[in-house]
Amino acid sequence: MTKKQTDPLERVAQEMKKCVKCGACRANCPAFGTFQREPATARGKVALAQHLVKGDITLDDGTYSAMSKCLLCGSCVDKCPNQVPTDEIVIAAREALAQRRGLTTFHKAVGQVIKNRKLMNFGALAAAVLGPVFFRKIPSTSGLRLRFPMPFLGGSRHVPQIAKKPFMKRHPEIIKGEPGKPTIVFFVGCMTNFVYTEIGEATLALFRHLGCTVIIPQGQQCCGLPGMSGGDLETVRELAEQNLAAIEKHEADYVMTACATCGGALHKLYPLVIGKRNPELKARLQAVADKTVDAAVLLQKLGLHPEETGTGQRMRVTYHDPCHHRTAGIAKQPRTLLTQTPGLELIEMDGADRCCGLGGTFNVYHYESSLDINAGKSKAIIDTGADAVVTGCPGCIMQLSDGLKQAGDKTRVLHTVELLARKIRR
Amino acid sequence: MLDARTLQQLTDIVGADNIATGAQDLICYGYDATQMEFLPDAVVHPESAEQVSRILQLANKENVPVFPRGAGSGFTGGALPKGGGVVLVTTRMNRILRIDTDNLVAEVEPGVVTETFQMAVEKLGLFYPPDPASLKFSTLGGNVAECAGGPRAVKYGVTKDFVMGLEVVLPTGAIIRTGGETVKGVVGYDLTKLLCGSEGTLGIITKIIFKLLPYPDSKKTMLTVFDSIDGAARAVSTIIKNKIIPTTLEFMDHATLTCVERRFNLGMPESARAVLLIEVDGDRDLIEKQAGQIHKLIEPLGLVQFRVAKDAAESEELWRVRRLVSPSLRDVNPDKFNEDIVVPRSKVPDVIRRIEVIQKRYDIPIVNFGHAGDGNIHVNIMIDKSVPGQLEKAHEAIKEVFQAALDLGGTMSGEHGVGLAKQPYIPLELNADQITAMKAIKAALDPNNILNPGKMLP
Repeated sequence: MTKKQTDPLERVAQEMKKCVKCGACRANCPAFGTFQREPATARGKVALAQHLVKGDITLDDGTYSAMSKCLLCGSCVDKCPNQVPTDEIVIAAREALAQRRGLTTFHKAVGQVIKNRKLMNFGALAAAVLGPVFFRKIPSTSGLRLRFPMPFLGGSRHVPQIAKKPFMKRHPEIIKGEPGKPTIVFFVGCMTNFVYTEIGEATLALFRHLGCTVIIPQGQQCCGLPGMSGGDLETVRELAEQNLAAIEKHEADYVMTACATCGGALHKLYPLVIGKRNPELKARLQAVADKTVDAAVLLQKLGLHPEETGTGQRMRVTYHDPCHHRTAGIAKQPRTLLTQTPGLELIEMDGADRCCGLGGTFNVYHYESSLDINAGKSKAIIDTGADAVVTGCPGCIMQLSDGLKQAGDKTRVLHTVELLARKIRR
Repeated sequence: MLDARTLQQLTDIVGADNIATGAQDLICYGYDATQMEFLPDAVVHPESAEQVSRILQLANKENVPVFPRGAGSGFTGGALPKGGGVVLVTTRMNRILRIDTDNLVAEVEPGVVTETFQMAVEKLGLFYPPDPASLKFSTLGGNVAECAGGPRAVKYGVTKDFVMGLEVVLPTGAIIRTGGETVKGVVGYDLTKLLCGSEGTLGIITKIIFKLLPYPDSKKTMLTVFDSIDGAARAVSTIIKNKIIPTTLEFMDHATLTCVERRFNLGMPESARAVLLIEVDGDRDLIEKQAGQIHKLIEPLGLVQFRVAKDAAESEELWRVRRLVSPSLRDVNPDKFNEDIVVPRSKVPDVIRRIEVIQKRYDIPIVNFGHAGDGNIHVNIMIDKSVPGQLEKAHEAIKEVFQAALDLGGTMSGEHGVGLAKQPYIPLELNADQITAMKAIKAALDPNNILNPGKMLP
């Protein structure tokens, strides 16, 4: 293997040395939980990465398969006695694989789509118009969101309906607030822009309620995390640069996300992964990372009075921690907001902080395993008897909805801001 | 190397889904927590005792070594396929077969994760006390094979004290049962005890019958800080001499406290030289009384801080100090040899003093913590393998640490076993006659030496 092929791995070779192969990651890795084979564990992937650097195995199908069995959820890093950054090591291995073997057709397509907002806008329009013609609608009375099954993605998967008009097309770039109140750049994210526009509307309503100036930079793109899943770091870098430029154009106190995944990209992965590979961008990425904050955290910080929100109607909810929140230490803030909201009762589920099984493109490549991981999550949600499961990540919302649907359950899946904005938006 | 025909026969036994020969699988079943690595020729995941039996029969016929393995979390290389052969993974046999609440016994397969079993019995108000640090991921089969210990050993004993019977596939393929479900039983040799801690050299465990206890009513956790290691050690003997047997008596020496403090800034008193984490369990009134007694007993021994947890959350906070030890050690040096010597508990200060001398002589950091209640100390020799000469120094220091433990009437391993890591030092502890007797047992049960060969005995 030539040096170039293992370059990304050599960048993290020192980190690999921290792994003593104790096996603690076996207890926490959702991928190991479903595959039950050692190459799926964090320590297994570290061992394989070490052998790749040594050059005694190659980036062949076996290695590709092992490295694909990771949701990048970061639970191994959280619970590792030596804090081995396996997520970073897997990202580097996937980059090396992409350099060596080229991107898969699927990931090539992902890269093309996420790099091209116009294409996304067009695709969304087409899907919104044609979707209902081709795909089955779930009656709105079922309490479920509108979905259509995607047979080409595997069996009976249900994915959400695309919005007729993307969130960003509905609003001007700058929505002026009251003088003296904070200015917030809203990083919208694809899922919110194209699918769950109600999350965007709720977020906007809440910050306008607080008198903030909200800026929705028109130049913003996808955060790029689907590309990172596939090792397409080139696309992620391009998107990071475009997002940087869009965000930096505005003077703002905060850069806010209502999507745990986008938050994870801006706050942690941009400086860590893209910054490491592109030193000239590092300081700029870090400056944006330092300003990046999750919507629920910011709402609490800015003193949202939950009594002013919610409808007061009694509702029992349970909260699912998205991985990108857990790794950023965001857990208490959304729960506090929910429990203070009149009418809401929070019931904790078993393993609230365990991954839902989405894991970026893991869900496409290993759909059965992704559902297997999700089955435990669905059971935990159903066992609480809650009326709704609440979370802070549109990606998790999609996965939780699919899982509950597969389980034949009617528990609603909502974003924290949707519940908080109910009264305000009425 | 396995020939194609043997490989096919193995596949016929376990099924194509349960055998792997790809480089990735071989690498991932060639390590454990020792940082050693040996590649097997194949990895099999049998699902029943019958399959294990057929694998061993085939291995005898074809002269192929078989290396049993659970979660691969061992510290001494007991499951590593040195020399190549077949790694036999027991994790697909992972059912809890029954929990008998009338007789307080349970029957399990070897691949059940220790914590999973603990939680299952606790739901029924029962208790399986052995709690190795790896309990969240290690398997019960591995715990029995290595005779795992843990902090609760001071009151409850170790894994072997809870094993009543086994189903074992002998190296030749015969499936036998040892022991049983009765408290009493004296017919024949006690093969159950022989197999506990035999490190997978005498048989492959396929079922385990465990003894259970009622779950203790409540527990109380105390964090006590002393101005000397002697004070902490005297506290241990004083408490026990006064007829209180705590569940746990964990200690950390000054070097350990310095590591934890440097990394996590817990605000320990300046004069802290040793910490004892004490836990008592049982009847609520009794443990209240015992906590008071303990405080009074240890007060004159150089106690500088005494904290009692009011509830489970505070207890977890006190345990945190102990749990932070592991992550903070690597700040000292990147590579660690974690030895687990045992001395009679009154000799803990003596052995710590001797280790201090060894540390100075070799000029490498040694950090000690562990289970003071049963005299089991984790001696962590911290080195940087990339510095020339350090590895050799570490091996010399380890030898002297073992000798110190033996001189004080102890043993060189309390819970990790021998495996490959401690094999070179065996003659320090066992004489030629002892080794000959053990080899005779191995030869009688495994005439072709196909089960976990090259381990434990020199």
